[in-house]
Amino acid sequence: MLEFVIGHFNNVTYIILMMIGFHAMTGKTNLVKKVVGMNIFQWSIILFIVSLAAKRGGTIPIVLGSHDHGGSPVIRAAQYVNPLPHVLMLTAIVVGLATTGVALSLLLRIYKRYGTLEEDELFEKIETSE
Amino acid sequence: MNIHQSAMPVLIVVIPLLTAFVLPLVELWRRSLVFPLALAALVASFGSSILVAREILTNGPVEYYMGGWEPPWGIAFRIDHLSALILLLLGSITLLVGIYSKRSILKELPEKEAPFYSVYLLLVAGLTGMVATADMFNLYVFLEISSLASYGLVSLGRGRAIVSAFRYVILGTVGAAFYLLGVGYLYAVTGSLNMADLALILPPLYDSNAVLVGFAFLVIGIAIKMALFPMHAWLPGAYSNAPSAVSALIAATTTKVAAYVLVRVIFFVFEPRFSIDTIPVTTLLSWMGAIAMLLGSVMAIAQSDLKRMLAYSSVAQIGYIVLGVGLANAMGFTGGILHLVNHAFMKGGLFLVAGAIVYRTGHREIKNFRFLSVRMPWTAATFTVCALAMIGIPPTGGFFSKLYLILGAIAAGQWVFVAVILSSSVLALTYLVNVIRYMYFPPPAAEASPEDTTAGTLIRDEAPVAMLAPMLILAVGIILLGLFNGEIVSLFIDPSIPERLLR
Repeated sequence: MLEFVIGHFNNVTYIILMMIGFHAMTGKTNLVKKVVGMNIFQWSIILFIVSLAAKRGGTIPIVLGSHDHGGSPVIRAAQYVNPLPHVLMLTAIVVGLATTGVALSLLLRIYKRYGTLEEDELFEKIETSE
Repeated sequence: MNIHQSAMPVLIVVIPLLTAFVLPLVELWRRSLVFPLALAALVASFGSSILVAREILTNGPVEYYMGGWEPPWGIAFRIDHLSALILLLLGSITLLVGIYSKRSILKELPEKEAPFYSVYLLLVAGLTGMVATADMFNLYVFLEISSLASYGLVSLGRGRAIVSAFRYVILGTVGAAFYLLGVGYLYAVTGSLNMADLALILPPLYDSNAVLVGFAFLVIGIAIKMALFPMHAWLPGAYSNAPSAVSALIAATTTKVAAYVLVRVIFFVFEPRFSIDTIPVTTLLSWMGAIAMLLGSVMAIAQSDLKRMLAYSSVAQIGYIVLGVGLANAMGFTGGILHLVNHAFMKGGLFLVAGAIVYRTGHREIKNFRFLSVRMPWTAATFTVCALAMIGIPPTGGFFSKLYLILGAIAAGQWVFVAVILSSSVLALTYLVNVIRYMYFPPPAAEASPEDTTAGTLIRDEAPVAMLAPMLILAVGIILLGLFNGEIVSLFIDPSIPERLLR
């Protein structure tokens, strides 16, 4: 069991984080906490995909030796950390930022209109306002 | 196979994308130019779709490589017969709703024209991008562009629209995150993101757990986005509280594009034999579709608000599309795709009618539609045509797609689904005919109300031409889709049926 957890450390971490986020999204009544949960949910996946590129003793993927000797550049693909997951997740982080922005601006408008961000109070106010 | 290369596919996406950013600047300079410019972008994007479709019909699939990087290294746009059909659909619907939206936005969101059309064009760019791209991660980015744009558009509505939009944000993000996780697993196993490349690398790996998990996350993520029952919770609120033009736009396009992505993933990225035999996801999908068809229709009958009724009916119609795809034979596939196209026209038309009624009378409750056929004859006529298509009366498009679906269910030997398709149509008859009855032959009013008028005293008060014309074009389109369904099937759908399904 312990070996499995250590062997799949990144998987276990992301699933725990994801479940924390999921709990906040579904279980909490405060809308801001729901947004925080949504963020944790997204970040856990981003963390997982970045972890796919991790490599023990890996180095940054920059071609060495092409400047000084004029010879053919040394490419040691096996040593490089795969840059693609990082690049992809950079985009995903930007997307997550935009989603958070939209969600928070919606919360601002909800608060201005109904004066509360607690779900149960909010539904009461909607019922009475219609 | 020698694949034709052209820059046209990318124009379909880039024109609305760039115009979306130019519009706020144009507003500072001259506000009157905003709407013509937005419309020009929609026309240009639709025009590019038509040109691409013509090219595909003569030369086969068209590709474009971003920055000249060939796949699997670079991002490619690839348009085949299936995506060309969806692009034509998107182009025509977004253009018609765009024309319609001018008047209704002036009334519902005065002074907000530029931001509205900016976000509108972003939604168009996101949706067309999802259809045109051949890269799994690129698809995620376009998925999020279109989702963010639709959250914004939904939140512009009145009443509790903001709360509906917030719920849509939360659930939509979960859907997109699951899709991303699925892509992550596939990338971890294959090291590739290009769809065609994945289709080549994946078959030897079908037994891998990571592939199974990735596939499951992809399907669940897309199912949330397409509001497949029981993941439809965001849909009724979002559709019924959004501004009229937005309801029509997102009801006709967003879930349809998600359905297209589902087809792309289960039949083209994965081989049909994986989706049918290795994990029987098609069987699962068809049962979920069948339940959606029945429960969505029953929920629709229970609604007294027209837009809410149409929203629940959308849940049911998504069921038809998924059932057709899940039947996993040529007839069912054809029926599913054909119904996707038909439903975009029908539901788009119905939501436009609902918007026009709200525009003129301010009513959304069905019981207030008494003698609407006298006040707004053309609007009522459009509603009737769309409703008949929803029920499946020939010669409208709805009849033929349901016919294909029934033939597909018979070919699969699934008589239960034949019964479900027929009974869901009867349920659709129940809720739609009720509205038509109030419009044409209302029952005598039980209690006296200030709105209570008889046909004789009503004056004609038709929707403005700019709103009426797109509605009528959609109504005619529905009949044309029915009359020319053979051409659509043989030109666009037949060449794209996966080989396995033909057996």
